[in-house]
Amino acid sequence: MSTSTDSTADAAAMDPAVPVPDAAPQQPKQMLRERLAGLRGGDLGSLPVVVGLVVIVIVFQSLNSTFLNSFNLVNLCLQIAAVGIIATGVTLVLLLGEIDLSVGSVSGLAAAILAVLNVNEGYSPVVSLLAAALGGLVIGTIHGLVFTKLGVPSFIVTLAGLLVWQGAQLQVLGSQGTINLPPSGGLQQFGRFSYLADWQAYGLAVVLPVLFLAAKLATRTRRTRAGLPVGALWVPVAQALLLLAVLLAVVAKLSIDRGVPWIFVVFVAILSLIEYVLRRTRYGRAIFAVGGNIEAARRAGIKVDALRTSVFAIASMLAAVGGTVAAMRLGFANQSSGAADTLINAIAAAVIGGTSLFGGRSRMYSALLGALVIGAIANGLDLLNLSSALRYIITGTVLLLAVVIDALASRGRRSAGR
Amino acid sequence: MSADVLSTEPHTPPVGTTLLSLTGIQKRFGAVRALSDVDFEVRAGEVVALIGDNGAGKSTLVKVMSGAGPADEGSYRIEDREVSIHTPAAASAHGVATVFQDLAICDNLDVVANLFLGRELTRGVALDEAEMERRTVELLEQLSVKLPSVRIPMASLSGGQRQSVAIVRALLGSPKVVLLDEPTAALGVAQTAQVLNLVERLRERGLGVVLISHNMADVMAVADRAVVLRLGRVAGRFAMADVSREQLVATITGADTNVVSERAARVAGRSAATSAGTEGTQA
Ligand SMILES: Nc1ncnc2c1ncn2[C@@H]1O[C@H](COP(=O)(O)OP(=O)(O)OP(=O)(O)O)[C@@H](O)[C@H]1O
Ligand SMILES: [Mg+2]
Repeated sequence: MSTSTDSTADAAAMDPAVPVPDAAPQQPKQMLRERLAGLRGGDLGSLPVVVGLVVIVIVFQSLNSTFLNSFNLVNLCLQIAAVGIIATGVTLVLLLGEIDLSVGSVSGLAAAILAVLNVNEGYSPVVSLLAAALGGLVIGTIHGLVFTKLGVPSFIVTLAGLLVWQGAQLQVLGSQGTINLPPSGGLQQFGRFSYLADWQAYGLAVVLPVLFLAAKLATRTRRTRAGLPVGALWVPVAQALLLLAVLLAVVAKLSIDRGVPWIFVVFVAILSLIEYVLRRTRYGRAIFAVGGNIEAARRAGIKVDALRTSVFAIASMLAAVGGTVAAMRLGFANQSSGAADTLINAIAAAVIGGTSLFGGRSRMYSALLGALVIGAIANGLDLLNLSSALRYIITGTVLLLAVVIDALASRGRRSAGR
Repeated sequence: MSADVLSTEPHTPPVGTTLLSLTGIQKRFGAVRALSDVDFEVRAGEVVALIGDNGAGKSTLVKVMSGAGPADEGSYRIEDREVSIHTPAAASAHGVATVFQDLAICDNLDVVANLFLGRELTRGVALDEAEMERRTVELLEQLSVKLPSVRIPMASLSGGQRQSVAIVRALLGSPKVVLLDEPTAALGVAQTAQVLNLVERLRERGLGVVLISHNMADVMAVADRAVVLRLGRVAGRFAMADVSREQLVATITGADTNVVSERAARVAGRSAATSAGTEGTQA
């Protein structure tokens, strides 16, 4: 118990309804109790996704024993990087309670810009990449301005964008159907053939849990200094050890084959940065606030329009970055880059990972979890040589399932009086 | 923001000084005279109830004070200085905080985040969660507001707790006057008591509180004075010590004989008859 709570300690002993300072949810028992209360209240946490992922893995592994081998898992990491980056941007827009239907087209346009600048115009890979990302930023700013200044619903703005930017993509590509990135050039090299060296991979697997623990301990120290209750020390230690075990296992498994792909590292790095911004900065707090109650956010002095515009800008930029990553991995950009199921996969990944369509709620690292689910399904069906017809049907069904769970959880929150 | 948000007593004027005074307030909406020639004042350490029937002009007057809907005419003084308050921001800069009926709370965020929304404390770029939580706990404790935890989403709090958090949030800016628009309208008995306790604590801290309410019981319980509005004019001013509930109701409705008093008389007559009957049988 903290010093600041001592004054009420006596009263609390007599009156069970004085739990103000019992604010430490870190006590394992209480954590468990709140967890159970949460489950009853319709808050399922990441449980359905993790269970779903396990089921998917079991099913595909039993249908085709190569599913879980190192070669295929490295492929999976390569495959989900692009859609994961796009889904990260979608998460931000969904948090506002809005939607961006143009991310597929924007990613395709970015791929076209990258290829044309690098291959046709001879710009360096870095310049071409920056130009593509900047293009996304400009596009997103336009979406945001039309949405906030003219009051057009985001659904319509980005639906128009879906068509407009796909047209722009065709225009940029011109008469060429497909532009191949040079195999020796940096772009394809990075997307397809760059993997962490063993020392880098194992280094990260050790350093990340250490950083995690250090951050937890720093928070703990600050809370103690502020006189706030802290939980048992073994909890963050156990979490860090678990993280270490998982990362070491993943690295060991992937290292049997080519190793950890750089583009996968880029995806996780971008996602981590966004997670930090969302949960640890004023900007992120403002995004949650706008998604929760826009009027409250406005009255609290948050510049709602500027914030929403910036979120659309970031989302389109991430879509563009995802598009370039896809082009680098495939080694080309063409008229169908970013087409087909890119949009649906990105939105599905965000929602399946635990970002609510109703705004203001998102689980940690939802884009990663969701991209793994979507990626595993696509990958597993590929291994079975099943048509994309079946893939579309299954992905669509899984998306619907995720949305249903989201809607039920939201209804559960309401009926639990929240 | 100062370390002890609520311990800024030196700035608070002594009890009884006039904090806010309005004189000759006029407000029209087209042909409707929503307020005509209204005088109103709030002193330090008192709770003023602002009562009146639907459409009497209570909310309009609160909007004048909160800057959300400035008056057409009249003077607005804060501690004897003439001020011009045309925006909510100007009102809060002059120490007038408002808790509107729709609480403007983010249900998805926790208590700490809601209290500090728009004025979060940071260390570098990162939010200083520990410090914000410390101050939240301290603040809630000072005002004896009891919550299950300051780290649960607002959505899981009761109506009374939410209202309390909204009021506490209004206090973060160290206001001198707090305007509460129907703070107990949607609350049950126990939760109403919670909020009224909080209102009393604000008074103890030397704040001036304006309480809009339709609930005579609340008004009688907590207010020091009552100002009755009727059809945009002040129909009466009372010290709660020497006014009855019937007098207030009569002033609100503006007649000696009306639906309410007739009914009251009828009920009184009936209960007198019943008790007489009871006595009769007993005897
Ligand atoms: N924005 C507006 N435009 C036109 N007329 C208005 C406006 N706001 C208030 N009025 C009128 O002004 C008068 C006073 O309204 P006000 O909302 O202040 O009443 P009130 O005392 O708050 O009533 P209630 O108890 O129903 O909330 C009413 O006749 C109302 O119709
Ligand atoms: Mg009103």
